[in-house]
Amino acid sequence: MHTNTPELRDKNIWGMVAEFERPRDLVEAGRRVHHEHGYKKLDALSPFPIHGIDAAIGVPRSMLGYVVFAMGILGCAGAALMIWFMNGADYPLVIGGKPLFAFEPSIPVMFEVTVLFAALTAFAGMFALNGLPRLYHPAFNYSRFGAATDDRYLLVVEAADPKFDIDETRRLLESLGARHVEVIEG
Amino acid sequence: MADLAIRNDPQVRPQLVQGGLSLHDVTEKVSSITEARTPRQWYIALAITGLGTAMLLGCLGWLVWNGIGIWGNNQPVGWAWDITNFVFWIGIGHAGTLISAILFLLRQKWRTSINRFAEAMTLFAVLCAGIYPLFHTGRPWRAAYWLLPVPNTALSVWPNFRSPLIWDVFAVSTYLTVSLLFWYVGLVPDLATLRDRAKSIFRARVFGILCLGWRGSARHWNHYEKAYMILAGLSTPLVLSVHSVVSFDFATSILPGWHTTIFPPYFVAGAIFSGFAMVVTLMVVARWIWGLENLVTMKHFENMNKVMLATGTIVGYAYATEFFIAWYSGNPYERFTFMNRAFGPYAWAYWTMVSCNVLSPQLFWFKKIRTSIPAMFVISIVINIGMWFERFVIIVTSLHRDYLPSSWGYFRPTIFDILTFAGTFFLFLFLFVLFTRFLPMIAVAEVKGMMAHEHMHDEVHAGAGAARVQEAH
Repeated sequence: MHTNTPELRDKNIWGMVAEFERPRDLVEAGRRVHHEHGYKKLDALSPFPIHGIDAAIGVPRSMLGYVVFAMGILGCAGAALMIWFMNGADYPLVIGGKPLFAFEPSIPVMFEVTVLFAALTAFAGMFALNGLPRLYHPAFNYSRFGAATDDRYLLVVEAADPKFDIDETRRLLESLGARHVEVIEG
Repeated sequence: MADLAIRNDPQVRPQLVQGGLSLHDVTEKVSSITEARTPRQWYIALAITGLGTAMLLGCLGWLVWNGIGIWGNNQPVGWAWDITNFVFWIGIGHAGTLISAILFLLRQKWRTSINRFAEAMTLFAVLCAGIYPLFHTGRPWRAAYWLLPVPNTALSVWPNFRSPLIWDVFAVSTYLTVSLLFWYVGLVPDLATLRDRAKSIFRARVFGILCLGWRGSARHWNHYEKAYMILAGLSTPLVLSVHSVVSFDFATSILPGWHTTIFPPYFVAGAIFSGFAMVVTLMVVARWIWGLENLVTMKHFENMNKVMLATGTIVGYAYATEFFIAWYSGNPYERFTFMNRAFGPYAWAYWTMVSCNVLSPQLFWFKKIRTSIPAMFVISIVINIGMWFERFVIIVTSLHRDYLPSSWGYFRPTIFDILTFAGTFFLFLFLFVLFTRFLPMIAVAEVKGMMAHEHMHDEVHAGAGAARVQEAH
């Protein structure tokens, strides 16, 4: 267990982690820390998504959907353009006297390319928005980090938060029912 | 057993995770399977399936060396076991996507225990399926010129986008890609769990890289849940489109028995039917080997058997409709094709199909049978045999006797047809053997999320005085 000794104050501190045993304790603590005490640089680590945590600690709504929608439209239009170019313009294929380009027989490919573009965007976009892949993160320095991918719920207060103070913040987190509070070096 | 009493009361839902497991127990149970010392049986299974896969590679190598004449397809039956097997394997895959995407959108919580396994099945089945059309071209390395829109000097012609075979290429390759992405996104949090549990630095590094540094931050989950929802929303129409497009390969032709508008829904229902049967077959075995009784409960099996009963009945209805329309159309060729299916030289295949697909799932009306592991294991295998025969009947009986009696024929498979088909089963199982050893076969994060949600839900109900729910637990 870390103590607030002068040596610790000199070190490069990234933040503080408080461990909770139940999801709703985490949500409640996050809500108090964010809404009542005005902390901004917060994060929560949990083994599965927790309902209500976004509003509690001020995580904005994901904008992934808009990106995916735009790329889906691009895929759809791109497929139509590709089919028109390949079969209608660059090398006209006359098959059974049918039009060189028509939408009806193009629909299956247009649909599949729409889905393909949208799915690839959802996949890559999700990781990009999350700043992943990132193989190192200061949060991993928490001594019991593995608990966050098993059955514990961690609330993180970053040292970059203007209200961050080792003693004050620790007292606050302990008063909210955290089982274990630890200062994390960066 | 108290559990049985609960299940008999339709007002009370049984718990999806039994045995009073805590969240940590779930992590432990699933992760430890991949962490334990490799059992000797695993090496035996790997050796057997590996040899079978080598046999498949040998068959395919011989095909490339010698030409597709080593298969039994010839005029008039130009498509035979290869396309039968292709449609069979693609169909198997559909249950995985149904479980992972459609049941997710319908908020069916029971999917969480089986979706990882079913999605793996989808991937492996689609890989097996892809082999057939690719090698049926005889020169798979040149297939890219014919099938994909790549500029080339070999043909100087682009693919014909009015051909359903090209639609099929787009549908199946998109399906494989999206299934892989969906599966991987689901795996990432569990890979992070394995990283954090790793005892050796090597294991920690491998899983650390595979999970891309996932740390379960609320900001991660925010985008993750959105991405998961989007992928489910995309996969749902995708999976329906894939088998619809596969059915277009037949339906857009003018062959009696193929040229029919019932094909897309009929193929999709059949695909889900066969896929669920395969999930049950594999899950029964996996549950028994790894003792997953508390996670994959009778409730899960019963639900899957109900899906088979419903889709099997739809398939039976489609068979009847086909017959009726063949008669009602007044088209003598259609009428002949259907009479020939049921009473011609392939009548044995037709009636195998009907008894396996229409009659056997009707046994699931009985709760005793629906909740009996041996019964559902046997029926699920019978259904898959039936569904293979369905594709065989559709393809071969329509081709072997078309308009001109002078060009009628009878298809017989060669030894290479048989070995190649057996080989894809070995490949499928080989991939499963690897999967169950190295990756968590149950979606741990999703099961835990579901348990936590259920728990909170119960607390709310108990607080409101609804004691019934609590009693049930």
